[in-house]
Amino acid sequence: MFSQYALDHAWLIPLLPAAACMIIGVFLRRLPVLAATAAIGMSLLSFILAAGVAAGMFAQGITIEQPLVYKIPWLTLPGLAVDMGVYLDPLSVMMLVVVTLVALVVQLYSVGYMHGDEGFGRFFSYISLFAAAMLGLVIAVNFLQLFVFWELVGLCSYLLIGYYFHKISAREAAKKAFMTTRVGDFGLLIGILLLQFLFGTLDFQALPVQIPAYLVQHGSGLLTVVALLLFVGPIGKSGQFPLHVWLPDAMEGPTPVSALIHAATMVVAGVYLVARAFFLFSALPEAMAVIAWVGAFTACFAASIALTQRDIKRILAYSTISQLGYMMLALGVGSLTASMFHLLTHAFFKALLFLAAGAVLHGLPGKNDIFEMGGLRRKMPATFAAMVIGVLAISGIPPFAGFFSKDEILLAVFAVSKPLYAVAMVTAFMTTFYMARLLFVVFCGPEKSGQQAHEAPLSMKIPMAILGLLAIVGGYIPYTAGFGDWVRFGPAAHLAFDWKIAGSSTLLALAAIGLAWLIYGSGCNTAAVLARRSGLAYQLSYHKYYLDEAYLWLNHTLVDGFGKLLSWLELHVVEGILKGLAGLVGQLGNGLRKAQSGNLRVYGLVMFGAAMLMLLWLLFDPLLKGLLAGGGY
Amino acid sequence: MAGFPILTAILLTLVAGIVLLALLPRSANQAVKLMTAAVMSIALGLTLYVYKAYDAGVGGLQFVEQVPWIKELGVSYSLGVDGISLPLLLLTMLVGYASIFASWDVHERPKEFFIHLLLLIVGAVGTFISQDLFIFLLFYELGIVPSYLLVLGWGSEKRVSKEYAGMKLTIYLLLGSAFMLAGVVLLYLYALPEGLRSFNMAALAQAAGNVTEPVQIIAFFFLLLGFGSTLSMWPFYSWAPDGYAAAPTGVSMIHAGVLKKVGAYGLIRLGLLVLPAGVAFWAPFIALFAVANIVYAAFVAIAQQDLKYVVAYSSISHIGYILLGVAALNLISLDGAIANMVAHGLMSALFFAMIGLVEVKTKTRHIPDLGGLAHQLPRIAAGLMLAGMSSLGLPGLIGFVPEFTIFLGAFRTYPVYTLLAISGIVFTALYILRLLANVLFGPRKAEFDQCRDASGVEMVPLVVLGSVLVLFGVFPQWLMGMVNSGMEPAWAQLMQHLPAASALLGGVFQ
Repeated sequence: MFSQYALDHAWLIPLLPAAACMIIGVFLRRLPVLAATAAIGMSLLSFILAAGVAAGMFAQGITIEQPLVYKIPWLTLPGLAVDMGVYLDPLSVMMLVVVTLVALVVQLYSVGYMHGDEGFGRFFSYISLFAAAMLGLVIAVNFLQLFVFWELVGLCSYLLIGYYFHKISAREAAKKAFMTTRVGDFGLLIGILLLQFLFGTLDFQALPVQIPAYLVQHGSGLLTVVALLLFVGPIGKSGQFPLHVWLPDAMEGPTPVSALIHAATMVVAGVYLVARAFFLFSALPEAMAVIAWVGAFTACFAASIALTQRDIKRILAYSTISQLGYMMLALGVGSLTASMFHLLTHAFFKALLFLAAGAVLHGLPGKNDIFEMGGLRRKMPATFAAMVIGVLAISGIPPFAGFFSKDEILLAVFAVSKPLYAVAMVTAFMTTFYMARLLFVVFCGPEKSGQQAHEAPLSMKIPMAILGLLAIVGGYIPYTAGFGDWVRFGPAAHLAFDWKIAGSSTLLALAAIGLAWLIYGSGCNTAAVLARRSGLAYQLSYHKYYLDEAYLWLNHTLVDGFGKLLSWLELHVVEGILKGLAGLVGQLGNGLRKAQSGNLRVYGLVMFGAAMLMLLWLLFDPLLKGLLAGGGY
Repeated sequence: MAGFPILTAILLTLVAGIVLLALLPRSANQAVKLMTAAVMSIALGLTLYVYKAYDAGVGGLQFVEQVPWIKELGVSYSLGVDGISLPLLLLTMLVGYASIFASWDVHERPKEFFIHLLLLIVGAVGTFISQDLFIFLLFYELGIVPSYLLVLGWGSEKRVSKEYAGMKLTIYLLLGSAFMLAGVVLLYLYALPEGLRSFNMAALAQAAGNVTEPVQIIAFFFLLLGFGSTLSMWPFYSWAPDGYAAAPTGVSMIHAGVLKKVGAYGLIRLGLLVLPAGVAFWAPFIALFAVANIVYAAFVAIAQQDLKYVVAYSSISHIGYILLGVAALNLISLDGAIANMVAHGLMSALFFAMIGLVEVKTKTRHIPDLGGLAHQLPRIAAGLMLAGMSSLGLPGLIGFVPEFTIFLGAFRTYPVYTLLAISGIVFTALYILRLLANVLFGPRKAEFDQCRDASGVEMVPLVVLGSVLVLFGVFPQWLMGMVNSGMEPAWAQLMQHLPAASALLGGVFQ
């Protein structure tokens, strides 16, 4: 049986793309066709294996409570034993399928998008390495394995954001991404150390057993601190406020990278971490409240920035931040199912939106300001169709994928907290509004003069078609197939379908689309007026609340200033004291001064001789004994 | 191979190399280099054999050789390796091997240069394999003079003159060794009664209980001053940046990669394992200095504009992690400290090798003048990336696991210091990423279009050091298991012979 084979060989899923990376890196860097073939071939194999694993999971009834785990020792020291292995449960299997599928589709798309690029081979080797690292993260059996791959994923992200490294903006964006996520990792690492310190293990199977007893014995205070420290990692990686600033800049990478890494997969690693460690978080109500509010605030905050952005990819980036906030919110209110469902559908429709945006950028080279585009639907009908599907999906219009997952989140939030529900609804309204704005400005209205747009090639259209299909049915099928029975924490929650919530959110979305049409689509030109009228609010949103400027100031003034101060001290004070001391010594002995102008060999000889003399000193043992007689012998 | 004195063979190979080099004519430029490379290859091969043949399951001292020398003083020619010294021996050989190839462009008096370089390596090898304090000291002193001459004869001048840098380095190290000597003499006199006195390290460790606490404290203080300055412990680090910047590439590699580790090794082998009461007294100070090393040097590194100064301060900063591991006084952090010596040695050697290449190709080390080198020098760029990523502790490379174990152990003893030390990973990332960005990435600069990427022998340091960085990163047990096989029995012995020490040291780890 293939599914049995797949379950036994799940460790191959990350290793296949890793092998592709190495093969390309060593042999195929200058051979674009073979490089792409190797990368896509390995991705296809790993997708087939992942699908086999999923089939095996259904067949053998692998559940959250009864995962299938393989592990081998990686590090064995007294007091620290760490394994590497494969952890298969519905949560990780779902991620395996999503990551391998989106990676495969995006690599196919890249063949067309990156065609003729100088670093074609390098691109495919990086993206394969990324897939390997992400898959290794997904199947982690303990926190340390997760952290190892978490950091490798960060490295790949750094390399891919800085892919066009001749551009200063790309270089700076890559650096910023690494630095910002590193701040998050600082918290995560301390959290992991504390867990090892408290429980003596980091294993995902051993920890859930120990935590309830610990809570009974010691209360939840320290553990809440640990959980919040762990959560700092996801704040960085999944672009939550206030460490989200790197994600919009990450759009400097090639668009397929944005689709795969900065929309569908890597950025959800933080959400996945919280879900994976849900046995810890869900036991700590204070930590859960923090997660919910950070998520809700991020969702709303990022959406309010997206309202006024002009760069097509940045709009999508803020949208990603906002949607990640949504997923965190769902986790924070205790619904792992809703969060993971949204992760799944978001992977499809956000990847689709990015690929469509990539097609626009590919068809209109050198432009990324949406207000320099217009009327593209005639020249790029396929891209237009893809974008429409994506916008409807993210807006939560039934029966598109986003409708089902968003509804699940709203239901879960409504059951827990009304204020959070209000924030979620406002966010949903803004989301639909800015997405519709993008769609109308870019594709509707009259064509801009001198616009030489052309439709994407077939190799880019096919991946868009696949994702388009998934963005339509990717919500309904899992919903009816009992997604929540498999991917869950604790007993399956069957929240009754609430017509009020589903209906009101749909109506709200339709209203937002209508409003966007009035302002941007109808040709009434109310947009500029509106921007002028709203003054301060518009400026705040457009300038992203000046957070980047604040960080820059902090970095350049405080950190650099402190560095400069210390190195000034180093050069003038420390060195001055040393020179002063040396001068003092020099004046004490004329002989030494003579030696300082002498020849090098003599110098060396004197040094060596002095050292030897000191050693010979030992021979005067009785003398020393006399001097030091007293204690001991 | 049983009974074959393989450690002596390693030493003799190197000494024979020095003699053969001395016999070669002055003009034999190429022959000198080939001879040195051949000698180092044999010595590296023998070392790899020892690493492979060492039985980590048994642990403890192996490959022991002992010949009495000065009986009246208890001096014997005694060699041996355990899990503590063997990884450091391997480090010495790897860095030494790479440094030969990194010095391939030395055309001025190559014969003298390579003789001195080999002397430096012999000195380091000797300190790691000798089991007799007297021999240890002899080899220790052997390293100082050649480094002085190498800086003067083949160095370069940047912030300070090379004479000044060389002098500073030498004075620091000589003063340090004088203090160290005083500590050793105290130890020697107080550990065993007259007639039974011995310089044998194992015997001294066994007899450590005889030394009263005040004497231990004083002796450890001397050792700390001595080894601390070799190790560039804050505030005795000032020789390092100028020394590294002035030294030729190969010498910087050996100094930062290996000789500093002699200091840390001595501090653990002679200080911690022999003077428990001394170390227990001074540990809080060491921990404080460690944090000063990490944070202070990281900030100074942020402001540097010369590539070598950045890496020099980075190296001082990393030494802080090793010191923290020592100060934490438990098994796992000591394992981490020793493994981190290897990790830091390899990565800083790779860093200096790559900087050397950058300087050879572009004729500058001034960061604002550089930029976009990944266009013209992709291999060197890959090397710098590898060194930089290991240095910021990226998992999958050698630096991560040792740092993690140090933090884990240190957290028990000094939670606040440890948190400060962990913040170092953020500041490290800051200056490393900035260095990589400003040197490697950005627009292509036309003035470097004529530079040829590394090729041939220039690739040896990158390939050798880089592959070990990755190998030990992916399979950390190969390093950590070896270290622990040496540290665990040594630690157990310390606890067993000195029940009083257990209380002092806060109990055995787990």
